[in-house]
Amino acid sequence: MMPQAVRVLVLAGLLLGARPGFSIDTDAKLADPVQQATYERLTSEVRCLVCQNQTIGDSSAPLAADLRREIRQMIEAGRSEEEIKVFLLDRYGDFVLYKPRFKATTAALWLAPLLLLVAGGLGLGRIIRRRAALPVPPDDEPGDDQPSADGTFDDRPIDDRPVGHRDEPPTAAKG
Amino acid sequence: MWRFLLPAGVFALLVAVFLVGLGKDPTLVPSPLVGRAAPEFSLPRLDDPSQTFSHRDLLGKTSLVNVWGTWCSGCRQEHDTLLALARDSGIPIYGINWKDDQQLAREWLATLGNPYVAVGVDQDGRTAIDWGVYGAPETFLIGPDGTVLYKHIAPISLAVWREQFLPRIAAAGSGQ
Repeated sequence: MMPQAVRVLVLAGLLLGARPGFSIDTDAKLADPVQQATYERLTSEVRCLVCQNQTIGDSSAPLAADLRREIRQMIEAGRSEEEIKVFLLDRYGDFVLYKPRFKATTAALWLAPLLLLVAGGLGLGRIIRRRAALPVPPDDEPGDDQPSADGTFDDRPIDDRPVGHRDEPPTAAKG
Repeated sequence: MWRFLLPAGVFALLVAVFLVGLGKDPTLVPSPLVGRAAPEFSLPRLDDPSQTFSHRDLLGKTSLVNVWGTWCSGCRQEHDTLLALARDSGIPIYGINWKDDQQLAREWLATLGNPYVAVGVDQDGRTAIDWGVYGAPETFLIGPDGTVLYKHIAPISLAVWREQFLPRIAAAGSGQ
């Protein structure tokens, strides 16, 4: 049996050495780290149209591999991120980007959540104002609306009642 | 009054949105190519790699460009329709053989019949990207001026031909 400290060190060493063991995109990294970052950003924003809920970075579809290769070549050729996005939009349409461009056909998509939030907020505000304007009903006053054993009502707040009152929990249970 | 009308109205709106939206097939992505010039390409021909099939071959007449592969079951499904169209429609059909085994592709045409005037081999899928292809089969209708008039995603059938292609060919004004 290894001492605790040794075991912790071994575990820490193993975790430090851990890398994602499985990745769809097995191509070598681009030499330039800036280009590699652009590549990773693009492949995580471009939809694979074969398996529509995956990005081309996550998809094992042959088309996704082709598009990754295409994007890589364009980056290496010095094309900008914007140029590459336009290249894809020209061929596959707005749906190819996970964040579609804001324009007439996508305006509803972008604005609907905001409109719903505003409408919900206004509705909530109205309800709160209306409730706040209502008088507090006498029933909600602190006290007890059940008759005591002697048939009278005890209107004192709970904390003001004598210990041993029938409503009190056992003394031991009191915090 | 409003407290009943408003929720009922919102509900009716949601029903309308879902009626329209849920009836659509999300795998059909409209092509931005429609209405634009067909992409430029030049591919070696399947029957003779020393010759090429290019976008210039599409000029001058209404034509079809069909993207296919022997690995694609929908292509087998539509093959008889393509043969019938090649025989009867008077519209030339061109093929783009997408990421396929060329030997298998030649055997496919020899065995099942060849509806294509010419087939270009897109081995690395580069031309398919330019055409915005994301599955096979896909069939493009190209006008005499080289404009993409329509893209059909899914196997083509005679019903599809009548309903989707013929009206557009007539509108383009050159059915033959």
